Amino acid sequence: MKKNTPKTGPARRQFIFDSAKMLCGVGMLGLGLGLYAKQSKALPALALRPPGALPENDFLGACIRCGMCVRDCPYDTLVLARPEAPVATGTPYFAARNVPCEMCDDIPCIKACPTGALDHGLTDINLAKMGIAVLIDHETCLNFLGMRCDVCYRDCPVIDKAITLEAVPNQRTGRHAMFLPTVHSEYCTGCGKCEKACVLEVAAIRVLPAKLAKGELGKHYRFGWEEQKKAGHSLLDESKMIDLPDRLPEGVVLPGHYDPGSGQTAAAPRGEAGAMPSTPPGLGGKP
Amino acid sequence: MSAGERIGAEAIVAKGWLRAHRWLILRRIVQFAILALFLTGPWLGKWIVKGNLAFSYTLGFLPLTDPYVALQSMMTGHFPEKLGLIGMLIVLIFYFLVGGRVYCSWVCPVNVVTDAAAWLRGRLGIKSGSQLGRNTRYWILAMSLIGSAATGVVLWELINPVSMLHRGLIFGMGMAWTVVLAVFLFDLFVVSRGWCGRLCPVGAFYGLLGRWSPVRVSTPARAACNDCMDCFEVCPEPQVIRPALKGEAKGVGPLILSPSCTNCGRCIDVCSKDVFSFATRFDSRTAADGR
Repeated sequence: MKKNTPKTGPARRQFIFDSAKMLCGVGMLGLGLGLYAKQSKALPALALRPPGALPENDFLGACIRCGMCVRDCPYDTLVLARPEAPVATGTPYFAARNVPCEMCDDIPCIKACPTGALDHGLTDINLAKMGIAVLIDHETCLNFLGMRCDVCYRDCPVIDKAITLEAVPNQRTGRHAMFLPTVHSEYCTGCGKCEKACVLEVAAIRVLPAKLAKGELGKHYRFGWEEQKKAGHSLLDESKMIDLPDRLPEGVVLPGHYDPGSGQTAAAPRGEAGAMPSTPPGLGGKP
Repeated sequence: MSAGERIGAEAIVAKGWLRAHRWLILRRIVQFAILALFLTGPWLGKWIVKGNLAFSYTLGFLPLTDPYVALQSMMTGHFPEKLGLIGMLIVLIFYFLVGGRVYCSWVCPVNVVTDAAAWLRGRLGIKSGSQLGRNTRYWILAMSLIGSAATGVVLWELINPVSMLHRGLIFGMGMAWTVVLAVFLFDLFVVSRGWCGRLCPVGAFYGLLGRWSPVRVSTPARAACNDCMDCFEVCPEPQVIRPALKGEAKGVGPLILSPSCTNCGRCIDVCSKDVFSFATRFDSRTAADGR
């Protein structure tokens, strides 16, 4: 910088010019790649990562696209994304409707991973969270139509925990039950066996990423029935509870119902105690 | 090389066809043999090497990790498992010893594509094209590392033609062939030796890795050079030759010390005067020294 001989001036200018050219050109390439990288983080809902996969943001930094998990998957469930797939090129995924995860006890795909993109801390496949099954279409699910298909329930590797059948009255017939397949996210591993097994042309039950499948309660929410259990008694002074009059249609009597207007409790028919609404806590003992 | 004559024609006359293609043939054998080791599993069910160039596991014994991919991953703040780290160490040491860009000319599958483009370019006599600095690749290398840190994604692997081709051959090509074709056409029509010689950050990384590698091409018989220019024509990085071959007056050479040299050995093949040979960097003797 001290000497400015005729030779260094233009040479320096050329150097700065060349550097600026490179910075701009390569910077543009980098910008394009960066935006592409951002796009690639938007994993499509039906592309599932192998068990133990880190959250998508971390996964794309940890996975080196070697395909070892694909090779060690005994059921050819996993595939590496090809450039035309809507999944980051070269990363492993599976589509449950094609080939679901068979939930191997030894989880060979995790063991094969050389980078920990699949978390080696996961040793019990039942704790895997590849996604969460959601019975997404109540209009086409055969059980919702009153039939006993039950295939997703029967095929679930965590049957009676991850999927249960909940009996509810069939309003259409008025005399039957509907056995509704109900997913319990606590136990569902997202293996996708249910989605694969669904007999419909397009599956009514599908495995979705947890962030799409789950709601979240407010952190400050408390449930009275749970707090009551913890405390051993109701948290409210029930003797001071005001029971407002219920508006019942004229002439209707709800058995066992306390009507503060008349101060009377309607007589409960005997032997059918289970079929009637239970007496609100703290009110049954009122005169 | 007289006008219209093919590169290496003199060498073929002087040494015979086989000796004038010795290193090329050896290199192609090694390239395809490495690919074959990866393909016996998926094609024949005989598993010798699992994985691909990013990480491979040979016979359940030898882990090999691409240090450039691993470095990008580390830039995102994630470290490999023990096996991945061991594999990375092995690869680092290996290329540090034999020359970093040995990866480019002896292992990389894209080398076959770009060599084919360069060959066809010569045959068709295509001279036109744009200029692109040979330093561009180092800028792209830096960008890929900084970009990986900034985006949290192993950035270059999103578009890396090297891994796309290799992965494609082993795990299924899909549309990856379009990227490979683009590289071929780019080298053929747009920039001579454009991809490997100017853009590819993988080669740039391995070049830096082999900065001090002991295995070098030397020009011990440079006094015999008859200025036929065949070596400059055939070399994918011709700028590395001049200092070694023509540096006698300045006391430079005879070793080719540039990290860009890929140790492909084509200069040794095409020289009818046997000016070039493989040597170690500690061996700077020339024929004039009474060798």
